[in-house]
Amino acid sequence: MKFTWFHLMPYRYLPEGFKDKYRSVWVDIPRNLYDPKIGHRLYNDYLDQLELADRLGFDGLGVNEHHQNGYGLMPSPNIMAAAMARRTRNAALVVLGNSIALYNPPVRVAEEFAMLDVISGGRLVAGFPVGTSMDVNFCYGEVPATIREKYYEAHDLILRAWTEPDVFSFNGKYTKLRYVNLWPKPLQQPHPPIWIPGGGSIETWDFCADHGHQYSFLSYFGYKAGKKVADGYWKVMAKKGKELNPYSLGFAQVIAVANTDQEAEELYAPHMDYFYNRCLHVYNGFADAPGYRTPSTIRAGIVAQVGKEASLRREGLTWKDFVNDGYIIAGSPKTVRERLTEAMKSLNCGHLMMLQQIGSMPPELVRLNMELFAREVMPHMRGLWSNFEDKWSPKPLPDAERAMPAPLDFRRVETNGKTVHAASPAAHESRSAK
Amino acid sequence: MKTTHKIRDGKFSVETWEFGSGEPLLYIHGAGGLTGFDPFLEELGKDFRVIAPHLPGFGETTGGELIEDVVDAALFYHQLMDELGIPSAHIVGHSMGGMLAAETAALDVHRAKKLVLVGSAGFWLDEHPIPDFFALDLSELGSYLFHDPKSPIAQLFLAIPDDQEQLVEMYVERTKRLAMASKFLWPIPDRGLKKRAHRIAAPTLLLWGESDRLVPPIYAGEFAKRIKNTKTETIKAAGHLPMYEQPEAFIQAVRGFLKS
Repeated sequence: MKFTWFHLMPYRYLPEGFKDKYRSVWVDIPRNLYDPKIGHRLYNDYLDQLELADRLGFDGLGVNEHHQNGYGLMPSPNIMAAAMARRTRNAALVVLGNSIALYNPPVRVAEEFAMLDVISGGRLVAGFPVGTSMDVNFCYGEVPATIREKYYEAHDLILRAWTEPDVFSFNGKYTKLRYVNLWPKPLQQPHPPIWIPGGGSIETWDFCADHGHQYSFLSYFGYKAGKKVADGYWKVMAKKGKELNPYSLGFAQVIAVANTDQEAEELYAPHMDYFYNRCLHVYNGFADAPGYRTPSTIRAGIVAQVGKEASLRREGLTWKDFVNDGYIIAGSPKTVRERLTEAMKSLNCGHLMMLQQIGSMPPELVRLNMELFAREVMPHMRGLWSNFEDKWSPKPLPDAERAMPAPLDFRRVETNGKTVHAASPAAHESRSAK
Repeated sequence: MKTTHKIRDGKFSVETWEFGSGEPLLYIHGAGGLTGFDPFLEELGKDFRVIAPHLPGFGETTGGELIEDVVDAALFYHQLMDELGIPSAHIVGHSMGGMLAAETAALDVHRAKKLVLVGSAGFWLDEHPIPDFFALDLSELGSYLFHDPKSPIAQLFLAIPDDQEQLVEMYVERTKRLAMASKFLWPIPDRGLKKRAHRIAAPTLLLWGESDRLVPPIYAGEFAKRIKNTKTETIKAAGHLPMYEQPEAFIQAVRGFLKS
């Protein structure tokens, strides 16, 4: 069993009554609610948490791409991955991912991912989402009816850019290039593992099965509701005669560990409320641009992650409901162990994307949540799926061949024989204390 | 009555509604499509040979993958006219259909004898942004489409079926229609008509519902600025769908202009 510590990077200070005052946390969220000074602290706190996850032995560090979004402050996850590449050592950099149809030409993604793979010594997982309708259609203006076709073309171009030995020309419908020639090329050969994050479009199952990519279902509904999608995916895999290897499925799950079940409720309930009622408050008209989901996905009855129907499902749910319905797995280490094992078994899932910083959770609580999980849950679940080979994790360079970044020294820098003070240690420490 | 025509060696199978005889009148529907209850077409059929085709994605018409932009759509209407043996016709286009009618007339100036653009899309004014039609909830749509959203005809348009299966099918149909519409209208309904509108040679009626809040009447002025020979009329107590909300006034205006 593998554990990716996933961060959404929410803005933690959306005001009281956000849901009543504003129509959406996404797309047209008022700009004046964002304070860049707070943003500065949040990015640094969140990177600290991801770096800590590396020290605690999590297998992957997950970041993703959202635009104009109050619960996802990463328009470019590659910037976060670049920061982590230097300050982490072991964990995979799971960039889940770049919405490849948005980049013109998509070779840009091939290049940046190659850079990340090379800088990190081969630790990159390359995620290729279509992107949510809010992101790609409403924020970035892509025509809903053609986004999937454009996505498939971008995917083929990137794979060729990574794997073809020579310069080639690409005459696509959306991208035309006379010279495609990737410098640098990725360190992992033939290319980094590819994970396809999905929100439940059924076409994505076929796409993953046909290309051998890992499918990551990023749901906020939890493992019980997620079973319908996981079963759909496994059915497609079985029909196509593919191995039902749990590592070819990733699943996102909110997890909150405390010393007791009671304490978990006391500590985490307000932050769950913030997450489900402020962070996921998305105007229904933005949830699903017409043409973004295909008729077959609509007919399959898969509810979009956000929007009216999703909100109605969550309406009036209490902490106990969130726990019982599986939206969150929370409680003492024992409770979390049991429920998470049950969840992973029922989904046949080998790659867990764990969400442990949720909504307004402050750093000290995140730390408690992480440490308890790393110490009291993770070791007990390691053996799950040990009879399967994980073909979807990166294969970094051996330690002996890896570059070691120079140690951080904020106190002084030698330039031309002069000593200058770059930043006072006090300034550095006050940030983490805040 | 409902008819089917095959064009481009059967790549398009086009569902049309045809009424009456006389001078041909091509009616190009908007992003909402025809409703199957369009008495104004039958009424116009008393004076004209009315042909109202469904664009791919609408009704039973196929071939949507072959239409990617406004030029493809205009050529689709040219080909249909060829198939029907009508080198030119009066062309009446509503909303998105107005945009496509204008393109049809601009790309081949001999196609339109007279042109009627009703609440037509095609331009964008920063000072008068067209509401994001695609993001509107059915509950909000009424006030943009109708002068009186509480009227029986408006209620008929805005009804939501109780039955879950019907609801899903309604949603699928809406998705198919708007997916096609998004090729011309997403995210901003401006696809370069401003470069081509000057070519339109046909006398043109710019017909607007006075309370059109989706494509506000000020847009009639944009067409008037660019097309040589225009006349502007507004219909009282009508929103974006005057042909349904004020059918008599609508028919009178169209007939009056085409017969004059």
